[in-house]
Amino acid sequence: MRASGFLSPTPDRGFTRQKSIWSVLHLDPILLLLLFLLVGGGMFVLYSGADRNLEMLKAQGIRMAVAFAVMLVFAQLDPSVYRRWAPWLYLIGLGALIAVLLVGVGAKGAQRWLALPGLPRFQPSELMKLVVPIMAAWFLSRHYIPPRLTHVAVALAIVLVPMALIIKQPDLGTALLVGTAGLFVVFFAGISWKLIAAFVGMVSVAAPMMWFFVMRDYQKQRVLTLLDPQSDPLGAGWNIIQSKTAIGSGGWSGKGWLQGTQSHLEFLPESHTDFIVAVLAEEFGFVGMLALLGLYLLILFRCMYIAVNAQDSFGRLVAGALTMTFFIYIFVNIGMVSGLLPVVGVPLPLISYGGTSSVTLLAAFGVLMSIQTHRRMIGA
Amino acid sequence: MPWGEFKDTAAERRLFQRRTLVALAFVLLMLGGLLARMYQLQIVEHQTYITLSDKNRVQVQSVPPTRGLIYDRNGELLAENRPVFSVTIVPERVPAIDDTLASLARLIDVSEEELERFERRLREPRRPYQELPLRYDLTEEDIAALAVHRHELPGVEVSAELVRYYPYGEITSHALGYVGRINREELQTIDSVNYAGTNYIGKSGIERFYEAQLHGQVGYQHVETNARGRTLRVLARENPVPGEDLRLHLDLRMQRLAYSLLDGRRGAIVAMEPETGGLLALASVPGFDANLFVTGISVAAYRELSTSHDKPLFNRALRGQYPPGSTIKPMMAVAALDSGVTTRERQVWDPGYFQLQAGGRRYRDWKRGGHGWVDLTLSMAQSCDIYYYDAAVRMGVDTMYQYLHEFGFGDDTSLDVSGALSGLLPSRDWKQAVRNEPWYPGDSVNMGIGQGFMLSTPLQLAAATAVIANRGHWAQPRLLMGVDGDLSLEEVLPPETRTDIVLKNQDDWEFVIDSMAEVMHGRRGTARRAAEGAPYRMAGKTGTAQVFSLAQDEEYDAEEVRERLRDHALFVGFAPLDDPKIAVAVIVENGGGGSSTAAPVARAMFDAWLLGFPEDIDNVEVEPVRVEGE
Repeated sequence: MRASGFLSPTPDRGFTRQKSIWSVLHLDPILLLLLFLLVGGGMFVLYSGADRNLEMLKAQGIRMAVAFAVMLVFAQLDPSVYRRWAPWLYLIGLGALIAVLLVGVGAKGAQRWLALPGLPRFQPSELMKLVVPIMAAWFLSRHYIPPRLTHVAVALAIVLVPMALIIKQPDLGTALLVGTAGLFVVFFAGISWKLIAAFVGMVSVAAPMMWFFVMRDYQKQRVLTLLDPQSDPLGAGWNIIQSKTAIGSGGWSGKGWLQGTQSHLEFLPESHTDFIVAVLAEEFGFVGMLALLGLYLLILFRCMYIAVNAQDSFGRLVAGALTMTFFIYIFVNIGMVSGLLPVVGVPLPLISYGGTSSVTLLAAFGVLMSIQTHRRMIGA
Repeated sequence: MPWGEFKDTAAERRLFQRRTLVALAFVLLMLGGLLARMYQLQIVEHQTYITLSDKNRVQVQSVPPTRGLIYDRNGELLAENRPVFSVTIVPERVPAIDDTLASLARLIDVSEEELERFERRLREPRRPYQELPLRYDLTEEDIAALAVHRHELPGVEVSAELVRYYPYGEITSHALGYVGRINREELQTIDSVNYAGTNYIGKSGIERFYEAQLHGQVGYQHVETNARGRTLRVLARENPVPGEDLRLHLDLRMQRLAYSLLDGRRGAIVAMEPETGGLLALASVPGFDANLFVTGISVAAYRELSTSHDKPLFNRALRGQYPPGSTIKPMMAVAALDSGVTTRERQVWDPGYFQLQAGGRRYRDWKRGGHGWVDLTLSMAQSCDIYYYDAAVRMGVDTMYQYLHEFGFGDDTSLDVSGALSGLLPSRDWKQAVRNEPWYPGDSVNMGIGQGFMLSTPLQLAAATAVIANRGHWAQPRLLMGVDGDLSLEEVLPPETRTDIVLKNQDDWEFVIDSMAEVMHGRRGTARRAAEGAPYRMAGKTGTAQVFSLAQDEEYDAEEVRERLRDHALFVGFAPLDDPKIAVAVIVENGGGGSSTAAPVARAMFDAWLLGFPEDIDNVEVEPVRVEGE
């Protein structure tokens, strides 16, 4: 331990140097730049996807500003704060999820929102995307790493209970993201490959069981549609056929900004929300997709760098899990739009229209920045 | 982390680094998979999807040509195209047709009948993505109501369509015919490419005969449509070639006059220009409003028209087959003179009846007691039947058939009058084939005065009269006078098929014509009252066709029965004598005597054409003149 570490929160820079603006703000400039690039570029795509609706663009801009503010706030909190609060946040989250099932509001046959008096309407399941990995990391980092089997079981319970509550709403997309966030904590904690293999085996056995006992008709329909979109080209298959057509017709360099016929002529549904990547693919082509995936990859690189360089196991696990959650967002959304995965309600991170997911995502980046910028002189 | 418990932080870090590498590999693999998927869709299968995308948005629409207009000889518009707004549905674009129909019925009035017709069309074979009309003639309010709700009604369009309109509806209905919706049978015979955007086709008359010229050539446009089937913009367009405008020989004033002359009666007037064969008027009264048929007549209105005792849908001028009666006598006179069975001077004794042999059946003259000694001129002027009984028996059926056939009887001689019938010119063979009986001399007797088996249409009578006016020259009846467009009249009008009638002594024409003038101007002429005071000379012949019975399945009241059992009044004639400008045939059903009822009608037509039209052309009435017998 170096003495200077007590004085400077950035021990790698040495106490003689001026504290940079970034360390004062607790922001990671590289990550921030990449995020600005992504959000800024996304606005262009959204303007086209929303069919030149400036009102929507303004609304999204405001939401993004709020989300970045949330990120800034989350970045200020020391990782130890998250660790200390983890169990309480988790319990509150579980309570909220139960409350959603009892008194929640929503639409289209799903109860996802909680409208408590005195509080803004919010979606507890979104909160759990952050809380579940933090809780799992809190639990596992208290014990030996790699964890023992009993600890793995407890960690799985920590993940599966809220996941089940969210499936019950039903909100398969969010449940998937919450579940993977938690499971990646367990993965990063270093459970043995045997256990992972066993888990994969269990899932492949459980999948058919899910089909018969858990999945709702509309969810089954989505899977069937994925397998054969032409079976119902005007109904459930429509979205997939149209989004594949949009993507495929883009070609190498696309039809040009605002020139996408699939989205502007209303063939592509949800062109400003879940299916916005099809707009990008149609208007900017393969080159545009390459740029988008490249940008996402850079963000993932930076996040993994932060995770690897985190000071303690808790920070590493949280950072690693949040990074992978972000990746799952990307993969599930683009996989779904390009017809590789069934249609689940997962937006394209930081580009799709809508505030909730953006706030959650940027909050997660805030946590990552917090982990990156709050350093103590413990460990090596 | 419980303090005091030993943890190997370096080992933990190394473990995490290994796991991160695995995660990174996973991420790269999966993103690579996404990229490969994009490559597959965007590069490898690009052509497939660009085609799909174009097929999505680009629709090839046919652009129907504008139907050619129809003018009368003076350039008066007889058939035009009027924009009509209708609500149409593209069934392929409607998610739930029943819901859409229900919502439409809430917005605008849709009658049961329109709904039924729409559903019938829906079931019939049709072109995909064709707009099916639900209701025509939308009001401003209807259009506004639909515009407000258009986003809720995918596949529903308000479309403006040019629809045929006949400004003189009833008056010209039988002369022009009409267009109507293409029906199932027609769908199988028309050129489906050229009619891709056309909903109407000529059903009768000129509209039918010149369908090819009036229709034009279809055009195309590639339009961009959105997912709800709305047309957004035109990408490329090949303009249709509009149909040719037609100019008819018809004179609207003559047509109106003819119509008003017969107003309130049943009958027909055919007026022809002998020199050209052009039909100046082709009136069948009562008529019907042809506009009703264009967009589809309601069942009730159709039933009313089709069951009316006055048969307004029946084109008497072309399809009314009447015994010509005494109006056949001028042609008979020509035949008798030319075949040599009589001469100009030869006289026949008329005791009031004719017998084939002494003691046989007596064929009566219309005049009780007879006309005494009668030569050809008097026989014409007085319409003496005995003279023609005698001539008929002398000629025999074969000679009569030959001459009358040259005058166009038993044939449709018209060039472009759609639907004209041929009447019936009896012959030995015909009687054997149809009646399975030999031809009796008595049949010839009846044929001599245009009774018995013989039937002819007013159009045939007018044409035959024009041949006499032309001194044997045939000018076949026609409606088309000219085409305003690339086509010349010769290309469009069918060629003439008739050869002129050449008599052994061409002067016989003048003799017969003079005899016909005696009918009008002679001291004893049957139609002398109708020709009184005319500043020009005319030729004519009156006639009466007997009505034997009424159709048994129809019900009439006693008054009607009396009226409907009266003879049909006929008249044929032309004027002026030396340079005929007009030939007419008139039939007034149940009009009584030809001289009293039909001749004054013809006189009014002559006067109008030769002297000038009356002021109030649509309200001309002629008083029947009182004449004794004929």
